[in-house]
Amino acid sequence: MVRLTVDEKEIEAEEGQNLLQVCLENGITVPHLCFLEGMENSPASCRLCFVEIEGMDCPVPSCQTVVHDGMVVNTQSPAVRHLQRSALQLLLSAHRVDCSDCPANKRCALQQLAKLLGIPLKVKHLESLAGEVDTRMGHPLLAYDAGRCVLCGRCLYACAKHQEHPLLTFVRRGFSTRVDFKGKTDPAELPCLACLACVEICPVSALGFAGKTLGAA
Amino acid sequence: MNFHPEKLPQERLAALAEDAKRRLAAKRRADLPRIIIGMATCGLAAGASETRAAFEQALAEQNLEALIIPVGCLGHCYAEPLVVIENPGFPPIAYHSVTPGKAKALVKSFLAEGDPLFEYVLAALEENDLLPSIADFPRFYLEQRVVMEKCGSIDPADLKEYLSRGGYAGLVRVLGLPPGEIVGVLSESGLRGRGGAGFPTGAKWELARKVEGSKKTVICNADEGDPGAYMDRTLLESNPHQLLEGLAICAYSVGAADAVVYVRAEYPLAVKTISRAIAQAEQANLLGKGILGANFDLEVKVFQGSGAFVCGEETALIESLEGKRGMPRFRPPYPVEHGLWGRPTVINNVKTLSTVPAIIEKGAQWFRTIGTPNSPGTAIFSVVGNVTRPGLVEIPMGTTLRTLIFEICGGIPRQKQFKAVQIGGPSGGCLPESLLDTPVDFDSLTRAGAMMGSGGLVVMDEESCMVNVARYFLDFTQNESCGKCTFCRIGTRHLLNILDRITKGEGREGDLELLETLGRDIKEGALCGLGKTAPNPILTSLKYFRSEYEAHIREKRCPSMMCRALTAYYIDPDKCARGCEACVGCCPVDAIFTAKGRKKAIDQGLCVKCGECVVSCPPEYDAVKRVSPAHLAPVVERPK
Ligand SMILES: Cc1cc2nc3c(=O)[nH]c(=O)nc-3n(C[C@H](O)[C@H](O)[C@H](O)COP(=O)(O)O)c2cc1C
Repeated sequence: MVRLTVDEKEIEAEEGQNLLQVCLENGITVPHLCFLEGMENSPASCRLCFVEIEGMDCPVPSCQTVVHDGMVVNTQSPAVRHLQRSALQLLLSAHRVDCSDCPANKRCALQQLAKLLGIPLKVKHLESLAGEVDTRMGHPLLAYDAGRCVLCGRCLYACAKHQEHPLLTFVRRGFSTRVDFKGKTDPAELPCLACLACVEICPVSALGFAGKTLGAA
Repeated sequence: MNFHPEKLPQERLAALAEDAKRRLAAKRRADLPRIIIGMATCGLAAGASETRAAFEQALAEQNLEALIIPVGCLGHCYAEPLVVIENPGFPPIAYHSVTPGKAKALVKSFLAEGDPLFEYVLAALEENDLLPSIADFPRFYLEQRVVMEKCGSIDPADLKEYLSRGGYAGLVRVLGLPPGEIVGVLSESGLRGRGGAGFPTGAKWELARKVEGSKKTVICNADEGDPGAYMDRTLLESNPHQLLEGLAICAYSVGAADAVVYVRAEYPLAVKTISRAIAQAEQANLLGKGILGANFDLEVKVFQGSGAFVCGEETALIESLEGKRGMPRFRPPYPVEHGLWGRPTVINNVKTLSTVPAIIEKGAQWFRTIGTPNSPGTAIFSVVGNVTRPGLVEIPMGTTLRTLIFEICGGIPRQKQFKAVQIGGPSGGCLPESLLDTPVDFDSLTRAGAMMGSGGLVVMDEESCMVNVARYFLDFTQNESCGKCTFCRIGTRHLLNILDRITKGEGREGDLELLETLGRDIKEGALCGLGKTAPNPILTSLKYFRSEYEAHIREKRCPSMMCRALTAYYIDPDKCARGCEACVGCCPVDAIFTAKGRKKAIDQGLCVKCGECVVSCPPEYDAVKRVSPAHLAPVVERPK
């Protein structure tokens, strides 16, 4: 057991646990997208779960920080909030904000994060980079909306967990990176029909049943 | 080879070296002239193969005998194809830009008739009474060659050459020492990683040596993704065994039995050269099982990467070796604890490993006499851009940028003014004239806002637009971003778009502040070194060349007249020669027409600003002018 202080609150945790997990278990809200509870090795890619730790000169992602005894953590310092807002604004600038047409409306992770961090959904100072609706994916039954996707990778994680051979992957690079499907396209041979774990886990409804769950798309 | 098992490694190596010398002597008669041709990628690109063929043909025609010896690269790119001729009775002489025609002339005049053709000479390699020698030229005497010492003077395809020049002596020396002691020598030498970050090599090896784990791996990072950097390629192509010796010393010191050389597939000659060297070394028992009879095995493999910049980052490189998408992982854990397949892994750059044999042989103290206290040793730069003598330069750390650019590389050609130097590749910084006295070492460059990086150095003259330069580098980094983390994937795209707008005359108030705040957030928030350094070209050029940005935004003016949207061409009627048609014919879009008084004028609506008319206008008229902002060009109506 180790004892640490988070936002002036004393908490206990098991040795070797990651800080984000510990915070979440103790009811301390830390924004995050790419991390899922119980995940062994977080990709640390969404860049939202920053916290400040006494003795370190800049904020660090809590999902990749192992707790240790005597650790003093601030989850809401100005530097932390600044970076989180900046990251969320970048995500929003590349996201098609058409909430009323979106099946994720009201349960959307971006809406919740914006509320938590106190920023509007429309980012004024950045031009919108959200692409046109593009639902093409090699998968015969899934539809993917790159204009909504935040590339958190949860779907890849879920797919890897539920399928012997994961069928979802990242393709292309840089700003063109997107989620794609690798595998046989013959519906009869698709092992993933019964699963749909990826659709379920998507925080922004970028994945859905083709033609059905993607709203206007 | 039939060695006796009881022989010591040094005896075995001595036997190998003796054998190599003997066979080389048998193969190369001492009384014959030698024609030594630089045939690394740079030489080949400049036509070294054709030059070689011309030598062979001319020798046959003249019925002369001479040895043609292909070697690697001497680093003098401006002089390729570069040929050294050792003609008995003369000092060895280096010739530059040896075209097939010159090759034939050299055979006829020099080899047949004894006239060394002064007009083609670069320099003699030794002091003599006949010709100026390299000791007279700063491009040579201000350099100090430690790592590149044998580059361009040995045949990289022939292990015998490296052996006959004392190669693998460092390896033999360490085979008799406890690993801790070797790592101690490295630590004492102060060698810092040449792959960019400058991490102390001794400390890295010590961590790897101490970490538990029976299977350890050593990786040589030869991904070399920086545009304009090619020193790692040159080392692989010119002296592969030096790298293998360093790799073996590293593996022995940390207790690894596996090693990988990670080379990009775009370097086919480097891949071929290093692969052949590995096979030769295995055959000579310098690699493989029970190396030189010692209790040390090392298997070295070559892995060809597919040339993504980010795969040079050590964790992405490991992912790529494991067959996954080349995306960086969060560190810690560092590769020394958890690397390839989860094993303890040392990753070092080609230059770092290639420096090791010399340190082992000559000692830590010797190494510390070169360079500065915090950055001992030499630095290899690929100096490109607007300099008179571009190429690879190896200098002691601490040499100033001014010496490097102006004395060694001959300064800016065509009487132009120096404007800036970009150091450290796409993630480095742009430094202005006022910082030319910055010494080249890890800490000074970082303090100035640039970085050592992999040693790419681009010199820019007054005609370079700093906004456009920053845009160029951002275009590169945002393209090469792996797309994993938010800041790099989306942030760098925003930076690029803003720069794009500014260079097109669509900049707005507030853009510069946005570039700065976003740039700083990306530096702080990004996952790996690519994102963390991508804003550097913008942040440094904003710091040192802010007024150029402001001119683009406020006056729609490009001070260097490089951004096409902000410039225009016009023809000065007072200078244009009546009836001359030179520019008309070369305009690709028929934008030039005849105006009043049979003078020419440009239709601004059609002009694509290619600049062909400037080139074609006879210099004595010099009538085509370029202006910025574009509206300064007088509008001339095309007659109906
Ligand atoms: C985007 C990026 C690209 C890199 N590319 C290279 C490279 O091409 N070659 C290299 O040796 N190191 C490169 N590095 C540095 C490596 O991550 C690592 O620090 C280095 O290989 C360690 O070797 P050293 O200690 O000998 O310098 C790169 C780092 C980053 C962040």
